[in-house]
Amino acid sequence: MHRYFVTGLASRDAWVHARKEAPATLPQIIKSLGYNRLILQIGRGMVVPEPFSTESFTLDVYRYKDSLKEDLQKADLVISHAGAGSCLETLEKGKPIVVVINEKLMNNHQLELAKQLHKEGHLFYCTCRTKRHRHHKTV
Amino acid sequence: MVCVLVLAAAAGAVAVFLVLRLWIVLHSQDVTPRRSLSLLVVAGSGGHTTEILRLLGSLSSAYSPRHYVIADTDEMSANKINSFELDRADGDPSNMSTTYYIHRIPRSREVRQSWLSTVLTTLHATWLSFPLILRVKPDLVLCNGPGTCVPICVSALLLGILGIKKVIIVYVESICRVETLSLSGKILFHLSDYFIVQWPTLKEKYPKSVYLGRIV
Repeated sequence: MHRYFVTGLASRDAWVHARKEAPATLPQIIKSLGYNRLILQIGRGMVVPEPFSTESFTLDVYRYKDSLKEDLQKADLVISHAGAGSCLETLEKGKPIVVVINEKLMNNHQLELAKQLHKEGHLFYCTCRTKRHRHHKTV
Repeated sequence: MVCVLVLAAAAGAVAVFLVLRLWIVLHSQDVTPRRSLSLLVVAGSGGHTTEILRLLGSLSSAYSPRHYVIADTDEMSANKINSFELDRADGDPSNMSTTYYIHRIPRSREVRQSWLSTVLTTLHATWLSFPLILRVKPDLVLCNGPGTCVPICVSALLLGILGIKKVIIVYVESICRVETLSLSGKILFHLSDYFIVQWPTLKEKYPKSVYLGRIV
């Protein structure tokens, strides 16, 4: 059973909107890649996809949890913003991670860390604009 | 006319005196061995708090009591700190180093706030954080880069300049900073006692910094 955990969305609506499609298609894309569960941690995000559960696929959505440890532990793939805490916590659990860089932060600092960790072979990264393209290529 | 000159001379003398005091404070290495060090930890929002708590997880119980300073609009950090301290207390059988406090000061800068207004809000935050520093008189201030840390460190320096107490300032640049320093880092590089970086590129650019690899 493959689980796909997306975290650190916070105000990451830009990512969802940039795809120019309704968020409803995200689970379909994930499903087409062979996953059967998608967990979305949306933080303060304005876009709130409707959770659902079918025989072959489940979508869970929540804003915050005290600890993401459990979801991280069970995930087969993690997509996250490129915050240091998220990257380190996920990598320490040995989970594959794709990070989406929030370019609007001071000095675009998420890019520096993502680039370095990618250089060392620990993750893949992209920006809000390249998200979908990369996603299909790497996953 | 004479009054103006006298005032100007007096102001100049005070300024020179303060600069000299600052130089003395920055160059004094206080190495008194002690059993414990009271710690003041600056917890900025989000990632900064996560990182500094990861760092604190490696510190011994000699760093106690711990005073956390967070921005007044930051509830998530308070929750993270409480969870951290609770976990820590669970693992500490002697229960001797479980004392901690959370203090709140006005934010220096909101994310994406303009620079000019940042200068004003930082000055305001320094004015309000000095009484806190004066009251707590920590042995050591530990911070990792949020805007909140500049007024705190300036206040800690003031304690030294005014001859009240020499506070050790330890700045750990965020792990996010691989090639370049943050703005807080650039400012506090000159004002801290120990400036720690976590990537070799920064150590090359700033040879006076301390490099210990990743410490978070």
